[in-house]
Amino acid sequence: MKNKVWKGTASLLLALCLGLTGCGNGNNEGANEASTNATANASADGENGIKVGVLHSLSGTMAISEVSVKEAEMMAIDEINAAGGVLGKKIIPVVEDGASDWPTFAEKARKLIQEDKVVTVFGGWTSSSRKTMLPVFEELNSLLWYPVQYEGLESSPNIFYTGATTNQQIVPAVTYLAKDLGKKKFYLLGSDYVFPRTANKIIKAQLASEGGEMVGEEYTPLGHTDYSTIISKIKEAKPDVVFNTLNGDSNVAFFKQLKDAGISSKDLTTLSVSVAEEEIRAIGADVLEGHLTAWNYYQTTDTPENKAFVANYKKAYGEDRVTADPIEAGYTAVYLWKAAVEKAGSTDVDKVKEAAKGLEWTAPEGKVTIDGENQHISKVVRIGEVQADGLIKEVWSTGDPVKPDPYLKGYEWAKGLSE
Amino acid sequence: MDVILLQIFNGLSVSSILLLIALGLAITFGLMKVINMAHGELIMIGAYATYVTQNLFMEYMPASSFGWYFITAIPVSFIVAFVFGFVLEGVLIRFLYGRPLDSLLATWGIGMILQQLARTLFGAPNVGVKSPEWLNGGWAVTEGLVLPYKRLFIIGLVAVCLLCMFVYIYRSHTGRRMRAVMQNREMASCLGISTRRVDAMTFAVGSGIAGIAGCALTLLGPIGPAIGTYYIIDAFMVVVLGGVGKLVGTVAGALGIGLTNTLFEYWTTASLGKVLVFLLIVAFLQWRPMGLVAVRSRSLDS
Repeated sequence: MKNKVWKGTASLLLALCLGLTGCGNGNNEGANEASTNATANASADGENGIKVGVLHSLSGTMAISEVSVKEAEMMAIDEINAAGGVLGKKIIPVVEDGASDWPTFAEKARKLIQEDKVVTVFGGWTSSSRKTMLPVFEELNSLLWYPVQYEGLESSPNIFYTGATTNQQIVPAVTYLAKDLGKKKFYLLGSDYVFPRTANKIIKAQLASEGGEMVGEEYTPLGHTDYSTIISKIKEAKPDVVFNTLNGDSNVAFFKQLKDAGISSKDLTTLSVSVAEEEIRAIGADVLEGHLTAWNYYQTTDTPENKAFVANYKKAYGEDRVTADPIEAGYTAVYLWKAAVEKAGSTDVDKVKEAAKGLEWTAPEGKVTIDGENQHISKVVRIGEVQADGLIKEVWSTGDPVKPDPYLKGYEWAKGLSE
Repeated sequence: MDVILLQIFNGLSVSSILLLIALGLAITFGLMKVINMAHGELIMIGAYATYVTQNLFMEYMPASSFGWYFITAIPVSFIVAFVFGFVLEGVLIRFLYGRPLDSLLATWGIGMILQQLARTLFGAPNVGVKSPEWLNGGWAVTEGLVLPYKRLFIIGLVAVCLLCMFVYIYRSHTGRRMRAVMQNREMASCLGISTRRVDAMTFAVGSGIAGIAGCALTLLGPIGPAIGTYYIIDAFMVVVLGGVGKLVGTVAGALGIGLTNTLFEYWTTASLGKVLVFLLIVAFLQWRPMGLVAVRSRSLDS
């Protein structure tokens, strides 16, 4: 009797091994490995669910910004799962830490695609992280959803950009300052890396064509904290406006020291493109009150979708939390992917890309449309003013979504910039 | 004219911050020959101690006394960092005396552990400290010359710390013993000084000063786990340029770097200014390898 059971089990195991080896693409490297492959395949496309990657810096200097974007993406995944999933299957997120280290982002992207067999990846923040991941996604023909505003002049067939490109943030902001407010003398202050340098190159070209004037340009290393000399220089140059592309911590030091030098938003207008609700929380609303920002979304953006989004986000992560533009763009990315997959009826990269062309979705920021040509999305541009409570009040907007134009082809003055 | 005065003031203010950070390092590196890469994290401990003090004041003290929290935070951050330094010396540093490279690696590791610990305790995002009301704003000498109270306060604080250090090192018994041990350990030991206790005290005092530096930094910028790492290179530069082992050297080094840095930054840009300062320091050290002020001692010559 005992013998029979043993034999039965053994033959069952043998059959299983053989079967699994068959599934593993005829791979003969041993039953063990084949069986892991088979499970991975089963969970990626089988009945269990669809695996997607979530790749952000959960440690290191960028964690301050990226953790909340990861949370928004996880929230979207949870919501979709609660509503029945995608194509009738649950989404299984595989979370990886890019650790604020650009080569790590590329490695983890490769790992997610090749080992975890995810069908798409949501992630990245800095342009450097995107630039290291780009070749990986192109080589393996996979998809990345990138949620942050950036310097433009790029468009990869394997990336969907759900943050703003320059014509959806910086270019209209400069026009608003120069035309609507009549501020002609610009002082450009930024951190010393790719985004501020490219952004300022664009601003300079635009100013030259719109009758503005640049009276100063300064870059400080990331993490720089002493702005006393730069504030002296700004005082001397007497600009109408400081266009601020500083990133991260430096903003805290700059605005604190600007206030201490006796300069308030009434004396000098500043417009920042990397300071959102999250950063205001860290800098202090009293320091930033009255200064301007340019984004596509604010926590106060008045749409029914946004009311629900803000309420859910606070419910999930705490009443004291705020939403911000990249958080919203991360959340939107997950829903756009879902819509594309459902339209395609498959998670196959080429089919999803084809289906995504012209796709519309009502995001918390309003209606967004995926541009089939460059895989960016159309967005409303909003200038806001920081309030005493740390939220941002919209003071100007384009009203309708602006079509993405990453290479600024629609602007005469931008000729030659992308070379 | 205003701009020149303002830049001199800015230079002084940068120097004073550098000096405060380098003072602690001047003791541990300059006197004890321990390359303490965790010095930045001791600064961070002081900064977070200030943050916690502020929160305690907000929670448990009447709102009217909030302005006093910063005054309380100065000794608190000193004591917290002092105790931390004392423990660190006892469990790790004392095994590393006379082994500068080992101390570099070990303290670097400690620094990373402390940063991670801070991330776990206080979260990865930076936290802000609200400055007390009486430190907001500035003293308007003329229209174009506004001296922020915070910077004036820091310069004053540094002056007080410097005076205390001077009295401690050159006028007190413990200080005298400390100098004796640093200059000739065997001889001091033969004369009955407990070098063990002196080592521990010295390291702890250096750490405590780093704590005060952290407290002062909360006035200028954000507090994060990496707050110390931004300053650590500059602080080592000050100590190396100033010359190892003398207080006056550290002061000269800090003034030199702070003023030239501000000057170059004004003439060129922030990044280029720093590069020029470093080039100058390297060139200067070619000419005088011992730094601005060198201690004459037979044991140090070896």
